[in-house]
Amino acid sequence: MLDYVTSYLHSSLTPGQAGNWLWALVYILVIFAGVSGIVIVMNWGERKALAHMQVRLGPMRVGPHGLMQPIADAIKLLTKEDIMPSEADKPIFWLAPVWVVMIAFSVFIVVPFGPTHAVTDMNIGILFMLGVSSLGVLGIVMAGWASNSHFPLMGALRSSAQMVSYEIAMGLAVVSAIVMTGLGGIGPYGIGSGAGSGTLSMIGIVQAQAQQHVWFIFKFFPVGLVAFFIFAVAMIAETNRAPFDLPEAESELVAGFHTEYSGLRWSLFMLGEYAGMVAVSSIAITLWLGGWLRPFPSTHGPAINIPFLWEHPEQGVVDFAFSFAPALVMLALAFFSFFNAMRMPKHPLLKIQTIGLYAFGLVLAGVGLILLAPPVRDRIQDIFWFVFKIACFMYLYIWYRATWPRYRFDQLMKVGWKVLLPLGLGVLLVTGIIGLGPEIAAWLKGVV
Amino acid sequence: MADETTSKDQPKPPESKPAAEKPAAPPAAKAAAAPSAKPAGPTPQPWESEMVAKFKARFGSGIREASTYVGQNYMVVDGSIVYEALQLLREDEGFDYCVDITAVHYPKREEQFDLVWILYSFPRNERIRVKTLLKDGASVPSVVAIWSTANWLEREVFDMFGIGFDGHPDLKRILLPDGWKGHPLRKDYPILQQDTEWVKINLGIESGQ
Amino acid sequence: MTDSTKSGFYQETAGPDQTFLDANELVLNMGPQHPSTHGVLRVILRLDGEKVLGTECVIGYLHRGVEKIAENRTYTMFNPYVDRMDYVAAVSNGLGYCLAVEKLLNIEAPPRAAYIRVVLTELNRMASHQLWLGTHALDIGAMTPLFYTFRDREEILKIYEKYCGARLTTHAFRIGGTLYETYDGFEQDVNNFVKFVTPKIGEYEELLTTNRIWVERTKGVGVLSGKDCIDFGVTGPVLRAGGVKWDLRKAQPYSMYDKFDFEIPTGENGDTFDRYIVRIAEMRQSLRIIDQAVNSIPAGPIMAKVPKVMKPAVGEVYVSIEAPKGELGYFVVSDGSTQPYRVRVRPPSFVNLQALDKMVRGALVADVVAVIGTLDIVLGEVDR
Repeated sequence: MLDYVTSYLHSSLTPGQAGNWLWALVYILVIFAGVSGIVIVMNWGERKALAHMQVRLGPMRVGPHGLMQPIADAIKLLTKEDIMPSEADKPIFWLAPVWVVMIAFSVFIVVPFGPTHAVTDMNIGILFMLGVSSLGVLGIVMAGWASNSHFPLMGALRSSAQMVSYEIAMGLAVVSAIVMTGLGGIGPYGIGSGAGSGTLSMIGIVQAQAQQHVWFIFKFFPVGLVAFFIFAVAMIAETNRAPFDLPEAESELVAGFHTEYSGLRWSLFMLGEYAGMVAVSSIAITLWLGGWLRPFPSTHGPAINIPFLWEHPEQGVVDFAFSFAPALVMLALAFFSFFNAMRMPKHPLLKIQTIGLYAFGLVLAGVGLILLAPPVRDRIQDIFWFVFKIACFMYLYIWYRATWPRYRFDQLMKVGWKVLLPLGLGVLLVTGIIGLGPEIAAWLKGVV
Repeated sequence: MADETTSKDQPKPPESKPAAEKPAAPPAAKAAAAPSAKPAGPTPQPWESEMVAKFKARFGSGIREASTYVGQNYMVVDGSIVYEALQLLREDEGFDYCVDITAVHYPKREEQFDLVWILYSFPRNERIRVKTLLKDGASVPSVVAIWSTANWLEREVFDMFGIGFDGHPDLKRILLPDGWKGHPLRKDYPILQQDTEWVKINLGIESGQ
Repeated sequence: MTDSTKSGFYQETAGPDQTFLDANELVLNMGPQHPSTHGVLRVILRLDGEKVLGTECVIGYLHRGVEKIAENRTYTMFNPYVDRMDYVAAVSNGLGYCLAVEKLLNIEAPPRAAYIRVVLTELNRMASHQLWLGTHALDIGAMTPLFYTFRDREEILKIYEKYCGARLTTHAFRIGGTLYETYDGFEQDVNNFVKFVTPKIGEYEELLTTNRIWVERTKGVGVLSGKDCIDFGVTGPVLRAGGVKWDLRKAQPYSMYDKFDFEIPTGENGDTFDRYIVRIAEMRQSLRIIDQAVNSIPAGPIMAKVPKVMKPAVGEVYVSIEAPKGELGYFVVSDGSTQPYRVRVRPPSFVNLQALDKMVRGALVADVVAVIGTLDIVLGEVDR
């Protein structure tokens, strides 16, 4: 038994590939907790960031700068009365939020947070992700149908139409990235094609980017960038976020498909939505932004060796410098907390808040210090960069929401079918033509 | 339409035009008003204009009165010709904007209701009122076909006074619920009636006050 | 005209707007509790998928019988009630009522009072338009402008609070003039406000005017030409956006508006975008008027000689002003007693709302909220 547990520790495979069910379960639990944690942080972060963009303060009362607000919200939602409309289709009404959450989290099975940090690595990883995540719409349609009310029904209809339209553009963009994995070699236009691995595996895609020394967003510039742009637009539409939040358009459909939901069920929808945002961001990161790779992954610099602090002969000074990033981010946040704690007005009523903020800063500083320790530091690298990129995407989601009005349904369809779809097809064609350029040239020569 | 109005309505109408309603009352009126606590008040003066002459020539005694009161012109016309007169005002005289339709209830009169159309002309920058007297239960032709705006205004008059409008596309209560009893802006509708009735039925008490 | 006047859609069945593929119609009850009907308006939509085949407005949820109340109050006692109609432009309502009763009494407010009235009314027009802009943008999905406009509207409310103690339903004017003298530093406050808010209007525009989604959502939506506006009696910025250069402040000046130099902004297409542009331009014009008025308030009394017990002579008057939403008129009938015999309010929101059906027929559900927003209705005034 112990062997079963320890045998995996020195494996260079994901637990799924190694066939180690126990570690797979551990990974599942850790990822579930981690994604839920991101959702909680996102909850607070969205409210604060949105508030500051809108010249207001956001949550300020529950804990220092509202830090405990997500917890208070969770308690509120859990203790709220559970209302089910009497005319609702009860089993489906019950199933819909569960379904949405299940789907949103299932996707994470193949998301690689590092070379081995995934539950499993499938050879059809990206296909699995797209396939499973598009099942999420079923939950929304179920919710809209089961509520037996007009606003949710319209929200569900909008949602299904929207998903179908944008999945096509999204798929084309993804295919263009997958084609890139098969087009290895260096150089501005990838001459020397056919050297890549050509894979659908999520880990394989990132490794292809590492081997080709380029994030796919910069490959065949600007082809990769356009493909990423298509995906970035489609993924907002897929997750029903502003400016494509038509299925839950507050000012039109009250709350869209979850109008009749409240309390825990409603919070499950929210959890599913935010988890879905993390999931699609993970796809974008994996496909175009180098997954767990740090910026400039192939620049190592001169090799150095510092006893106990840096004992990686194959890596260089640049790696050494980047390895401090996780700790530095945490310490910067800690400094920010201390700075704001000092700026707190000196008022007896704010005493607990000030102390709380100091304590929060201390916790962050403590985490930062732990991250400085070499064993932790080396193991956290991949995960840190992945989560950091997710955080950037989350911030963009918030920013979009604060900036843009909502599209109308026909305009949404127009963007999907008339702009993104042709663009996606074009990108796919151009990727193929550029990638297979030498072969085509050779073939043409043969013909002539 | 737009051109017509933009060009003509901007300059203030010449002072000579009696129709021009001017909130800044002429100095004479101001002086008259100032000191006396119980003013005899201004009285309606006859309203002389080309248009009135034309109307009088056409309708004869159908135009019962045409007067000016504190600079505001109004015409009292007979119920039988009111539709024709309004149509004429809209089509020939350019009163293209129906500002308001309302009524006043005088329970002691034989013709209990004053029905008032307030009209405005963009080309002439002139506002007039057309009034007709109605008996209780009588109805007038609807002017929705002349001014679309009359639709809700007539519904409101019907709702509040119970005056019928013949030919209205959808004459039903507008501000009050469909099951409402009575017409509240009639003078014989006591202000507490509805409240007392409601508390009697729903709370079983005599008065909610 | 015939088609648009048929607002009761239950009678209508087949016709040019039959559903696509003969699908079943969906009847959607928007309101009375809905985030973007601006109060308790209920719009029954007959839908073919997302397309609107017909609407019917059900109003009256906020009906308080203001006109009946007026008949049971004296002229002075009724004055505060009018603030509760269009509560976001309470000062304009008060001005209209005071002017009407003054006309009935045949008195005129002294110049100083008139100037103070102009300053406060134009500030109110700013406030009303700002609130409109924020909520309208929110209806279309842009959250942020709401907070920007509310931040700036706050400064106006502060001036009101300093002037008369109330922020929203101010009851700032009395029949015959104003009750309160300007407080010390009033001119300074108003001048500071003008300086403060001028760049802020540019800020709203930066967020919206060139925003692609905003333009797409508003251009060509809810078109109401000038001709239709006149036919439907629609006034105010909606009429001006339809290209009709008509503003009661110019056409029939009241309260010394003829002393001030300002322009009437107009649009061309009469769509939602034009109405937005017109209202933005009107804010700038209001600032111009405020700037001129506040720096030239003449000295003198603020109250005309008004009898303690008001008993206007028998007669009836109709006085209307250019409220932020359109022509706001008061038809007051006196029977010579201390109480008005009849007060009829001609509410711009009520009349403007009537055009909703024409504007949204054939449009999409999302346009309905955009159009309700662009009409700038206040349900307190629609229902009275």
